[in-house]
Amino acid sequence: MEYQIIWFVLIAILFIGYFILEGFDFGVGILLPFISKDDTDRRVVINTIGPFWDANEVWLITAGGAMFAAFPHWYATLFSGFYLPLFVMLLGLILRAVGFEFRSKKSEKWWRRTFDNFIFWGSLIPALLWGVAFTNIVQGLPIGADMNFTGNLLHMLNPYALLGGIVVVLLFVLHGALFLSLRTTDALKERAESLAKKLWIPIAAITAVFAVLGYNNTVLFEGLGLVPGTIPTLAILSFVACFVFIRMKMQGYAFAAMAATILLGTAVIFYGLFPNVMPSSLSPEYSLTIYNASSSQMTLRIMSIVALLFVPVVLAYQGWSYYVFSKRVTRDAIPREDV
Amino acid sequence: MEVLEIARWQFGITTVYHFLFSPLTMGLAVLVAILHTFYYRTNSEHYKRLTKYFGKLFVIIFALGVVTGIVLEFQFGMAWSEYSRFVGDIFGIPLAIEALLAFFLESTFIAVWIFGWGRLPKKIHLASIWLVALGSNLSALWILIANAWMQYPVGYVLNEGRAELADFVAIMLNKQMLVMAQHTIIAAFVTGGLFMLGISAWQILRNNQVEIFGKSARISLIFTAVSSLLVATTGHSQAQHTVQYQPMKMAAMEGLWETEQPASFSMFAIIDQENQVSRREFRLPYMLSILAYNNTTSEVRGMLDLQQEYEETFGPGNYIPPVAIVYWSFRVMVGLGILFILYAFLGLGLWLKDSLEKSRWYLKIGLVMMFMPLLANSLGWIVTEIGRQPWVVYGLMFTRDGVSPNVSGESMLLTTIVFTLVYGALAAVAVYLIHRFAKPGTPEDSDKFLHAY
Repeated sequence: MEYQIIWFVLIAILFIGYFILEGFDFGVGILLPFISKDDTDRRVVINTIGPFWDANEVWLITAGGAMFAAFPHWYATLFSGFYLPLFVMLLGLILRAVGFEFRSKKSEKWWRRTFDNFIFWGSLIPALLWGVAFTNIVQGLPIGADMNFTGNLLHMLNPYALLGGIVVVLLFVLHGALFLSLRTTDALKERAESLAKKLWIPIAAITAVFAVLGYNNTVLFEGLGLVPGTIPTLAILSFVACFVFIRMKMQGYAFAAMAATILLGTAVIFYGLFPNVMPSSLSPEYSLTIYNASSSQMTLRIMSIVALLFVPVVLAYQGWSYYVFSKRVTRDAIPREDV
Repeated sequence: MEVLEIARWQFGITTVYHFLFSPLTMGLAVLVAILHTFYYRTNSEHYKRLTKYFGKLFVIIFALGVVTGIVLEFQFGMAWSEYSRFVGDIFGIPLAIEALLAFFLESTFIAVWIFGWGRLPKKIHLASIWLVALGSNLSALWILIANAWMQYPVGYVLNEGRAELADFVAIMLNKQMLVMAQHTIIAAFVTGGLFMLGISAWQILRNNQVEIFGKSARISLIFTAVSSLLVATTGHSQAQHTVQYQPMKMAAMEGLWETEQPASFSMFAIIDQENQVSRREFRLPYMLSILAYNNTTSEVRGMLDLQQEYEETFGPGNYIPPVAIVYWSFRVMVGLGILFILYAFLGLGLWLKDSLEKSRWYLKIGLVMMFMPLLANSLGWIVTEIGRQPWVVYGLMFTRDGVSPNVSGESMLLTTIVFTLVYGALAAVAVYLIHRFAKPGTPEDSDKFLHAY
């Protein structure tokens, strides 16, 4: 297989990993103000993702680095084109991180409320912007002959892209609720379960609208008839399975099905793009593809060896960390104000 | 101001800000791991308390390093897309490997360490903090491999207007990287060492837990003394490398306009960049030849000569970096480096005389000294980066050609201002929190003292 294809797949996998993992911690961050009844609840909620959120974010950093190394033009066009949205996303990620680190270090109400806000907005905004960004990519962007994005911010914030943002936020919220139902106990757990149960149908409806509109608004389904194809069908099936598992109170399976939905949904995007990475709406000739955007064969080969050697190691120890901290977080585990 | 100028300010601010925290993280990670090792081996309550105490301060600083690190990675593509297109084939590799090898390691095991108290077998818990220390120092190594290539490009071919990889091993073993990585990583140890020493000195001065903080003071003293000496020797190697491979930077560091043989070392000068002279100079004869080549006879080339040579090679243009800032940054950095050595060895002397805790004047100096490595690190970084101008990749690409062509001046300005304000606010909160958590001293009941959120 060509190295370009390998790296396209690897970057897809990194984004899938990022969306599955950070997806639930974004969801947990968005749910934080709504699902907690008091400060102890909020600390429980934060501690459910406490040992994980930082390493989850590294999936994004690795995806960015891999994109830089394997497809420099993709990295350059995407990041410079989305300058302002990415700036806002960075602010969100910064505020979120300091929110986690600093909120419980003082017990004053205003202090905690401030950092709770950081966590909420810092989870909501990046999730929304990922949806907006990927919708823009699959809509096709005004990319010129010099590979540079020529549009403006308003172009990116078109209604369909905003709908994409909302869909991503909602899916992450559901994913987060399911994660919380696995990591908490008692009342919190019950609230998380019932939230997932209530949210599934409206979220499914909005997602369905978004997907159906995708036939006309995106490049993903070009050449397809009414039958959506294998991966989208699987995505729908796993999402339905998620609903069934929620109903059957099989939270672990529901969470896994939700993760599969995110995996397959992201796969639909990358599969639909291939071999383009950034389709141009001005002219197909200007589209960035895995061939005209890629690094040299030697770079791709060396990177492949590195990935082959180290990705399994990373997966092993990150998986191990989830195993170590698999115990549910209880209210009793939160120390009395240790500050 | 043009987009280019603002983009440079933005990158400078973000990098220097990040570089306040990263070296502190790298050094402190090793020191906390050492404290934890002492606890593991002796099972002494004092070391356990010290580990938790400095661990808490470490985590606050670590968080700020993390959040600014993401900005840096994004910034290449956001503000410097032409640069990214030109170098991606080579520069992207160490960046990707840094994330894969170092960031995953630090971020996973810092959480394992923080949340692992009382939950993990002791040996594995100890290993986790050492993996954090390894990860943060590895990340420095990889980013310096990337930066070294900008200073001294090797192992590439130019193809269709971009630099492509030709020899991966040459890039990994770039001599520039080897000298720079040693100097930077060991400087980070000095930074961590003086930080821990300063905090310990403060507590001893306050008469708080003197016995416990006497221990951390001694550990950090030894650590700082050894590291500060090595910073000087590795800095010397780096300067010797610079004079050969980036002679213009060296000449700017020395304010040397005319070629000299043997070359004298300038102790003081008023740099007049416009007229290309240095005024009111005080020079030590032979010293620069000794510093650059370890002999008293060698020639060191001046900026005017080099300018002429570069014009012949690269075409007309100005190849002289801003001299005054490079000259003075270098001098202050070296001065501080010497001060660190003197301070650390003075401390060892007081320890030998058994009067470390009693020498209040010495401890008071430590309160100031703990912030000085932050300054020295920033200045060293400024020498390296500004001394390379007008190049972004030495001899291959001008900084002005690297900026994103499609980002407006307004966007660039707005984002630079907001980043700067946010950074300022975060630094203030971090300093406040560090002070707040440092003040009470080590936790009386170390088992109840948790790091969780």
